[in-house]
Amino acid sequence: MEEQKTTIEVKSLSIGYKNYAVAENINFELQPKELCAIIGVNGIGKSTLLRTLGKLQPKLSGEILVEKQLLENYNPSDFAKQTSIVLTEPIASKNLTVKELITLGRQPYTNWLGSLTTADKKYIVESIQNFELEEFTGKKCHELSDGQLQRVLIARAMAQDTPLILLDEPTTHLDLYHKVQILKLLQQLAHQYSKTILFTTHEIDLAIQLCDKILILDGQENPFAPPCELIKEGCFNTLFPSEMVKFDVKTGTFKVNK
Amino acid sequence: MMQGKAKSYRFSFILLLGVLLFTWFLNISSGSVNIPIKFTFSALFNGEVPVDSWKYIIWNYRIPKAFTAILVGGGLALSGLLMQTLFRNPLAGPFVLGISSGASLGAALLLLGSSLLSGFVVFGFLNDVSLVIAASLGSFLVLLIVMIVANRVRDTMALLIIGLMFGSVTSAIVSVLAYFSDAEQLQRFIFWSYGSVGNLSWNQLILLASIIFIGVLLSVFSIKKLNAFLLGENYAQSLGVSLKKSRLLIIIATGLLAGSITAFAGPIAFVGLAVPHLTRQLFNTMEHKILVPAVFLYGAILMLLCDTIAQLPNSASVLPINAITSLIGAPVVIWLLVRKRKLLF
Repeated sequence: MEEQKTTIEVKSLSIGYKNYAVAENINFELQPKELCAIIGVNGIGKSTLLRTLGKLQPKLSGEILVEKQLLENYNPSDFAKQTSIVLTEPIASKNLTVKELITLGRQPYTNWLGSLTTADKKYIVESIQNFELEEFTGKKCHELSDGQLQRVLIARAMAQDTPLILLDEPTTHLDLYHKVQILKLLQQLAHQYSKTILFTTHEIDLAIQLCDKILILDGQENPFAPPCELIKEGCFNTLFPSEMVKFDVKTGTFKVNK
Repeated sequence: MMQGKAKSYRFSFILLLGVLLFTWFLNISSGSVNIPIKFTFSALFNGEVPVDSWKYIIWNYRIPKAFTAILVGGGLALSGLLMQTLFRNPLAGPFVLGISSGASLGAALLLLGSSLLSGFVVFGFLNDVSLVIAASLGSFLVLLIVMIVANRVRDTMALLIIGLMFGSVTSAIVSVLAYFSDAEQLQRFIFWSYGSVGNLSWNQLILLASIIFIGVLLSVFSIKKLNAFLLGENYAQSLGVSLKKSRLLIIIATGLLAGSITAFAGPIAFVGLAVPHLTRQLFNTMEHKILVPAVFLYGAILMLLCDTIAQLPNSASVLPINAITSLIGAPVVIWLLVRKRKLLF
């Protein structure tokens, strides 16, 4: 059997802020072509985890290895070639056009003035085509709908051409159709382009159907496995207080207690 | 595709350069002494001029003044662009960081504080050079404090508010000093605060030009980082930009530009704030490779025009240039605020 390539490996990681830990004992590893969702109740530290993995915030303890190298051993520009990120925060200038925004994804590779090479342009055009954004390239970001903007932001991360892509709640503010559209797109990206994609979400039903792996953040055990195994082990049953919602093992969905 | 874009802006750049040349000539051909345009030309190209003093006026007064206006306008506008991108705020400018107020404080301490230290400072010592030094020291002192704070505070909005607070504190100190100083000193300070591009000798002009050259150079080196900042600081960091270093570089560039200009020409309002927005109307892009040179040219043109108006052609009186830039700049800011209800920065 071929040796498996590990994109990201996390060992007994604690995350949080100077004075207190938000979540501890996080362990998982992901290979290329794997789409993984991080789920958990509000405030459990999903975004904190994602920001820690994206090197935007220091970890408290434990190890994070991206492409077999410790996170803290990367300098900023080398790390930008390994990991791209899509955040929940709005971009600062919505006056950017779609094309300008996607072009910014090439920054880790361009020279000091940011001049684009032929290869850079190829990646940009490819990203635009993959996400069917041809008709929007000249549009300003404030002219786009939430769903379109989200696609543009993912296209920018794609243009950055990194083995690992992190997304913080890519489906919030979207209707069911666009939620499915975005998640299908992520699945396609992971499988077709051998990317490792890790995202936080509240769409547990959809994540169960589409993801290869799921990490449930509960602050103690933090189970990590393919969705079917998690269902078998009953990990979803204890996710929310049982007097309000109950997990239905047969359908793989949550039901409200009447 | 990017090349096609660059080509379409080439026309705008040629247009701006043409307008710059025209306004430059307009500026040197008008002034308190009426010199016919024909002789302005011949004085420029070393031809025959009927009155000897005309040549002297043009070469030693009007040309340095016109170049000062170019440096002042371009430099202030560029520092405004840097601040707006760094602080992700369309209303940021060199004034907001407190750099201009720092310069005012320096000037005020020298001009108004001398009565408090009367034994120390001989009044005759108060020439223009000491004023420039005091104002520069003031702006760099504020810059230093802002830089120390910038290294501690991660949030740029907090930094912006700190800059505003600095402005309030310095203007309060200036008011206190003004209250205790006598009329003559107050008059000197007020004249400085009116702003002027006309009092620089060739030597001073060369000094100012060198400082601004360094500021522009640093801005050019920041272009890629400025583009990344358009996404916000977290995104910029995820693109490999080192936040602390880049912020420091941009703040130093702004300090050099705005600090030196305020020291030499007085606090000139609104150019830094308004010109980047005017430029964005002509150049529909956020790419700083285009915006940095365009904003500099646009600022230079506006300053030459303001100075030409301030000169009140063929009259001996000169209006304070700060008043002219405010008269043009304030309506632009109002227009922006009204438009911002629909449009984002």
